[in-house]
Amino acid sequence: MAKLKFLVSTELGRAFKEGHPYDLVIVGAGPAGLTAAVYAARKKLEALLISKDVGGQTLLTSDIENYMGYHYISGKELAAKFEEQVKKYPIDIAVGEEVVSLGRAGEDFALVTASGKEIRARAVIVATGKRSRPLNVPGERELVGRGVSYCAVCDAPLFAGKDVAVIGAGNSGATAVVDLLKIANRIYVVDIMPEWRADPVLVERIGAAGEKVETFFAHEVIRIEGKDRVEGIVIRARGGGDEVKLPLQGVFIEIGLIPNSDLAKGFLELNEAGEIVVDCRCRTSVPGVFAAGDVTNVPEKQVIIAAGEGAKAALSAYAYLIGQRR
Amino acid sequence: MPLLDESVRNEVKREFADLSGAVKLLVFTQEFECDYCAETRSLAEELSELSDRIEVEVHDLLDSKAVAEKYGIDKIPAIVVLGEGDRDYGIRFFGVPAGYEFSSLLEAIKMAASGDSGLSPEAREALKELKNHVHIQVFVTLTCPYCPMAVQLAHRCAVESELVRADMVEASEFPHLAYRYGVYAVPKVVMNERGSFEGALPEKAFVDHLLAAGS
Ligand SMILES: Cc1cc2nc3c(=O)[nH]c(=O)nc-3n(C[C@H](O)[C@H](O)[C@H](O)COP(=O)(O)OP(=O)(O)OC[C@H]3O[C@@H](n4cnc5c(N)ncnc54)[C@H](O)[C@@H]3O)c2cc1C
Repeated sequence: MAKLKFLVSTELGRAFKEGHPYDLVIVGAGPAGLTAAVYAARKKLEALLISKDVGGQTLLTSDIENYMGYHYISGKELAAKFEEQVKKYPIDIAVGEEVVSLGRAGEDFALVTASGKEIRARAVIVATGKRSRPLNVPGERELVGRGVSYCAVCDAPLFAGKDVAVIGAGNSGATAVVDLLKIANRIYVVDIMPEWRADPVLVERIGAAGEKVETFFAHEVIRIEGKDRVEGIVIRARGGGDEVKLPLQGVFIEIGLIPNSDLAKGFLELNEAGEIVVDCRCRTSVPGVFAAGDVTNVPEKQVIIAAGEGAKAALSAYAYLIGQRR
Repeated sequence: MPLLDESVRNEVKREFADLSGAVKLLVFTQEFECDYCAETRSLAEELSELSDRIEVEVHDLLDSKAVAEKYGIDKIPAIVVLGEGDRDYGIRFFGVPAGYEFSSLLEAIKMAASGDSGLSPEAREALKELKNHVHIQVFVTLTCPYCPMAVQLAHRCAVESELVRADMVEASEFPHLAYRYGVYAVPKVVMNERGSFEGALPEKAFVDHLLAAGS
């Protein structure tokens, strides 16, 4: 039996003031938003941190070995430490809320949540990060939650003794395979590229598992089959070849990420990848709106970079607000 | 060796510092303890050491049949969280509340102590319209960061409405239930056997589902 862990944090969030104009609203509580919150609080800005969850992508990460100060820490523990530090300050926090739009309201900005609430702010930081990229093949949408999963850490324990596929042979795909090694019966790995693109340490660990893992490199997924739940996937070698059907019960899709910039579409300038374009002070195309972390066009998506950008965005927002007051 | 280490114990003590009422944890296990039965019992006992407001009562599923039936306990390990005067709000945990779900257990204890659901005024108003009993089962895994939101919301609704009972069910400890309800992603919320959905919904959407299930 695995050793049990006990995590104290995750709270549903404190109340926030609807319609009340905040100095600063920070959207997203991943490493970027959480760091921005601490910096904003220390500048005594009246701030609201609003997010669907606390921790963002770090919650999906088993181990982080490159965040300074921690030789090794699990993603959830790091998120809990960030959260603890934020909670030391008296800023409003709303968790479980999704912001669906962002726009102007006179001198201020207005944000609307999926639950229909409206929030006013004099300045905004968008730190909404990224989410899993869908494969976009037939059967995928219909079978989400019925065997198709984008969260290997969450759902892997449900596939004990089952046959599964991991689509994507990069770091997140390889991590999913490692998580599944102890649980699943057989694991197929499918990727359009000819080889692993994951860190060699991970690939070695998978290699040591022997025949349990079968790779289909230079293959693409044609469709996911099944009525009420996943029954198999159909793949084909790139550049032709016969369709191969793999009977299985679970499909973990790990083919990269897309930015959560929908709320900013038509309001802020985005690049071709859908990332919010910022300058070196985290300023977007609209004065008073800042962005930080994985949702921006800043290269390299890492916790330490997102955290640093979050700090910078909060200090830029502070400078902007001071300028406005004059 | 204790399950909770020093730093977790300290955090929990802080969380429990201002418990306003008495809480009783009914733990159901059996002589030949199931997977995680021993851990569930120890966990409850360790928590009770951290606050003099918390009392633990351990029951054997077979020997305490009447008690098990009274609280609707049909599988173990199970914890029922009772408030002041043994008031049953309908809060249940099936499977060990470790990992992320440890926070749900702490929240449930705090809620049972205060008797306050912490729901928004709108949700409280909406729940008054509930007509029939609703049994909510929230399927989780211990490594799912989004699950406590669904579990805690379900428990809040249970505290708010006498018609609601809300169970956390750890899917990997009850594979037959995971199979029966087709749990392939968590959190999965099942209401009155019929309606179900995946994912942690915001409060309003969750309450809407609840009202539909109990109409
Ligand atoms: C599997 C995996 C492994 C990784 N491993 C490492 C590693 O080892 N080391 C490392 O440094 N980095 C790693 N990363 C990358 C790292 O996690 C990210 O770079 C970092 O989390 C980005 O932080 P962020 O705050 O910009 O965005 P995110 O972490 O994506 O957080 C965004 C937040 O915004 C919220 N949100 C999104 N849209 C909305 C909305 N519309 N309304 C409200 N809230 C919203 C989300 O819920 C989330 O809380 C890994 C990533 C993954 C997926």
